[in-house]
Amino acid sequence: MAGDKVKLLGFWGSPFALRVEWALRLKGVEYEYVEEDLSNKSPMLLQYNPLYKKVPVLVHNGKPIMESLVIIEYIDETWKNRPLLPIDPFERATSRFWAKFVDDKFVPLIIKMSSSTREQKDKVAEEAREVLKTLESSLNQNKPFYGGKILGFMDIAVAWIGIWAPMLEKIIDIKLLDEEYMPLLNTWFRDVLEVLVIKECIPPLDKLLAHYKDYYDRFMATKSN
Amino acid sequence: MAKKGEIKLLGTPASHFVNRVQIGLNLKCIDYEFISENLGCKSDLLLKSNPVHQRVPVLLHANEPPLIESLLIIEYIDEIFPDVHPILPRAPSVRAHNRTWAYFIDTQFFPLFEDLRQSPDKKGEEEAKIQIREAAKLLERVFVECSDGKAYFGGDNIGYLDIALGCFLGWITFSETLNNYKVFDETISPRLVEWAKKMRSHEAVKNALPSHDALLKHYSMIQYIKPPRTA
Repeated sequence: MAGDKVKLLGFWGSPFALRVEWALRLKGVEYEYVEEDLSNKSPMLLQYNPLYKKVPVLVHNGKPIMESLVIIEYIDETWKNRPLLPIDPFERATSRFWAKFVDDKFVPLIIKMSSSTREQKDKVAEEAREVLKTLESSLNQNKPFYGGKILGFMDIAVAWIGIWAPMLEKIIDIKLLDEEYMPLLNTWFRDVLEVLVIKECIPPLDKLLAHYKDYYDRFMATKSN
Repeated sequence: MAKKGEIKLLGTPASHFVNRVQIGLNLKCIDYEFISENLGCKSDLLLKSNPVHQRVPVLLHANEPPLIESLLIIEYIDEIFPDVHPILPRAPSVRAHNRTWAYFIDTQFFPLFEDLRQSPDKKGEEEAKIQIREAAKLLERVFVECSDGKAYFGGDNIGYLDIALGCFLGWITFSETLNNYKVFDETISPRLVEWAKKMRSHEAVKNALPSHDALLKHYSMIQYIKPPRTA
């Protein structure tokens, strides 16, 4: 909408900021991206998100919105072109459910795995694979994207796994996105991440790998001291 | 309007997440069948309806597949029955604000009561109560901001945040009696004290909140399954 001021406070290595960018770009919303240094949070971030002090935060005409899935729904409701959520209430509820399921179940396991000892990591990886297997069961093999031929809420809420899971597999030496047991998930992520407007937002994978590897190595060093 | 028998709710009377959905259905004047689940021995219907989490509430609406997660169910019934007692606010920024605080209530506020229950000693109990009162102070500020001088988070009428928090009023009273403290009190959260009174006397809420006996029975079961931590 003309005259809108949209600012996104994010971190280049955050999958949650990335999915908000995907939503903004799919809608064709012009925005100013502000990179946050998470080790030295800006007064602006602390002012806009005093509750959690986290990115992403969307600031629209001075009003802050936080929590990435809440932000994506806000974007969908504010800019009504190119809807992200389905029209049917039941399908909307289902999309919201699976997005929340991934955030509630998969994300804590990723965090746990990144801070597990070598002995614990295989067990945590097994739990993470079970979560992905459950997500696999919700997919329809006749549809390239979750809702059909057009990218929607579920696709942008969850596709970050297609980037982060292979990266973690390399760093931690575990298996997550097993092609044999999760063929639909693998195909789905590949298809979503190939879409131009999605692809052009993805940070350089070597930089991402180096960043997370560094974090993991430093953690493992403290564990062995 | 949903015909009788078209909507079924699988639940247990003492679950505040189930009560949440009941309040929503009551506000919408929806007739529904309540199917009581024994969580110690889950029915085939529950296990089949919610194989992912195997928990209540589960909403079954006509021929649609089962719907789970209380806040998602609230949004769903608000979308399929938009003309009776709208629950979510209209403006996208207010809706986002509501959703953010409902998430806070579920992930930051409710778990504090479990921390209190599981406290191994008096010191742990006192610390948990301090955390609860700090969170109540925060919720008071949210109430003042949202209510704009009116009776509810939703303004003149019960809205999304009233339901998100209000479903827990039965457990709040129970916790206060058991642990001899106040969650909302006149000094730190006077508006919420008034709000709680109004909510407890509202037809749609008082018929959904569980009895003391139901709460006690549920509490005893939880104490047995997940006893307090040892010091």
